Amino acid sequence: MNIYLPIAEISVNVFLLLGMGGGVGFLSGLFGVGGGFLMTPLLIFIGVTPAVAVATEANQIMAASVSGVLAHWRRGNVDFKMGGVLLFGGALGSVSGVWLFTLLRGLGQLDLVISLCYVILLGVVGILMLVESTRALFRMRRQADVRRKLHQHHWMHGLPFKMRFRKSKLYISALLPVMIGFIVGILAAIMGVGGGFIMVPAMIYLLGMPTSVVVGTSLFQIIFVTGTVTFLQATQNQTVDAILALILLTGGVIGAQVGTRVGTRLRGEHLRSLLALLVLAVCGKLAYDLIVTPSDLFIIGASGGH
Amino acid sequence: MRLAPVLLSLAIAVLALPTAAQNPLVADLSEHQIQITTGFTGTDVLLFGTVDEESDVVVVVRGPTQQTTVWRKGRFAGIWVNDQRVVFDDVPSFFAVRSSSPLEEITSDTIRARHGMGANFLRLRTADKSITSVELAEFRAGLIRNKRRLGLFAAEDERINFLGGQLFRTRLFFPANVPTGFYDVEVFMIRDGRVAHAQTTPLIVSKAGLGADVFFFAHRYSAFYGILAIILAAAAGALAAFVFRKN
Repeated sequence: MNIYLPIAEISVNVFLLLGMGGGVGFLSGLFGVGGGFLMTPLLIFIGVTPAVAVATEANQIMAASVSGVLAHWRRGNVDFKMGGVLLFGGALGSVSGVWLFTLLRGLGQLDLVISLCYVILLGVVGILMLVESTRALFRMRRQADVRRKLHQHHWMHGLPFKMRFRKSKLYISALLPVMIGFIVGILAAIMGVGGGFIMVPAMIYLLGMPTSVVVGTSLFQIIFVTGTVTFLQATQNQTVDAILALILLTGGVIGAQVGTRVGTRLRGEHLRSLLALLVLAVCGKLAYDLIVTPSDLFIIGASGGH
Repeated sequence: MRLAPVLLSLAIAVLALPTAAQNPLVADLSEHQIQITTGFTGTDVLLFGTVDEESDVVVVVRGPTQQTTVWRKGRFAGIWVNDQRVVFDDVPSFFAVRSSSPLEEITSDTIRARHGMGANFLRLRTADKSITSVELAEFRAGLIRNKRRLGLFAAEDERINFLGGQLFRTRLFFPANVPTGFYDVEVFMIRDGRVAHAQTTPLIVSKAGLGADVFFFAHRYSAFYGILAIILAAAAGALAAFVFRKN
């Protein structure tokens, strides 16, 4: 059964979309990631223009984050103060990101920048994750018990505007979370990702937040950043396909529930190394497409906006 | 009573007149409007009509024109990037040509160029003066190739069928990604290598139903649309959390 997507302006099989939503939802439930970094490339592979894919994904991730944050909120795992500071940076970042997006689209280099951002970020995150999880696996085998401090002190802790975050048991400069939020906001606008796969490690390793509140807090801020991106993309570029987002969401919600249940039966280190391999596979495919000689050197570009 | 035969013969003459002066080319479409609804996957439109015997038929379908940018990729540091561009004005967003015999056999290149019979005979112009004619030809070929791949420039090897000597019919296919707007369907009757008669029939492609409403709303009231998309996402997320809450 095919459906004509009004904004993407293509006709796609509904079950393919539901399957994609379900598959990515399953993985995101299994690994505890948003899945935007998988869904956006998939949408582009099936023929949705990168501009529509990125903007629509922001809308879908928002819904997924709302359903995720409610569970964490009930368990008291959301640091609202930290979330608010991150959000401030995120709002600035998403405004700049959408502006950059519109600019690049006019220059005809948007698709290239989206692909490059994906290759670089997925490559770096994938390799780091693989190294970390492999180390963790070996450490486990040696049964070594290394005691660590609550968090390390870096040069970053000398920055001004210090704030106390009770829930995270931190007293750090507000500039750090604002900066992290800003970068994630830009990524959300350009890449159509929630940015959880950047933010979670940044919150753990850079800010030194306790892992229990990291996921809930990052989801909380992702809601607002993706909400801002949705609004800005809708008003500036008219590239948000709400129908597409709803279909993906339906599949995604169900897939995520199954994924979460399967995920509890697997060990964290194994999960992380599997996720790392998945991230590297997506990265490899995108890099290959950039490097291999295209079958046609000529392409039709966006006609410079509407 | 002597008037009656006179009137009768006059009436016969009047009735017979249209037959005598009848247009040798009559053509029409099975539909004059294509509606892109939510379930749209492309559609066929039947073109049919009559021509004089011993003549050929050519049909040219043109969608609304658009400014179209064609990029040539170049390699920089091992990566293929959009390098050089040519902006073509007035490119038909959709184009199809079909004839009852191979075009090169029934007409000359001059006539083909005059009426745009074939994608290679379209007047694809650019305001860019800096580009050489060799490069321009490459970009033109690239444009046509890409449009063909998208299904928006139809293959030109299909034939119009004749049923008997005069009646012709052919099915024109419009794919799912067909652009909206006003189309011209030109039908030419070719005799002795020249266009003996021509007729233009309009065709309208428009969005309809829910999809049309969403598209209109997203473009006309984009701020409301953005807010609605946010509310929808938040509600869907909350609903999902409620349905799958752990007991």
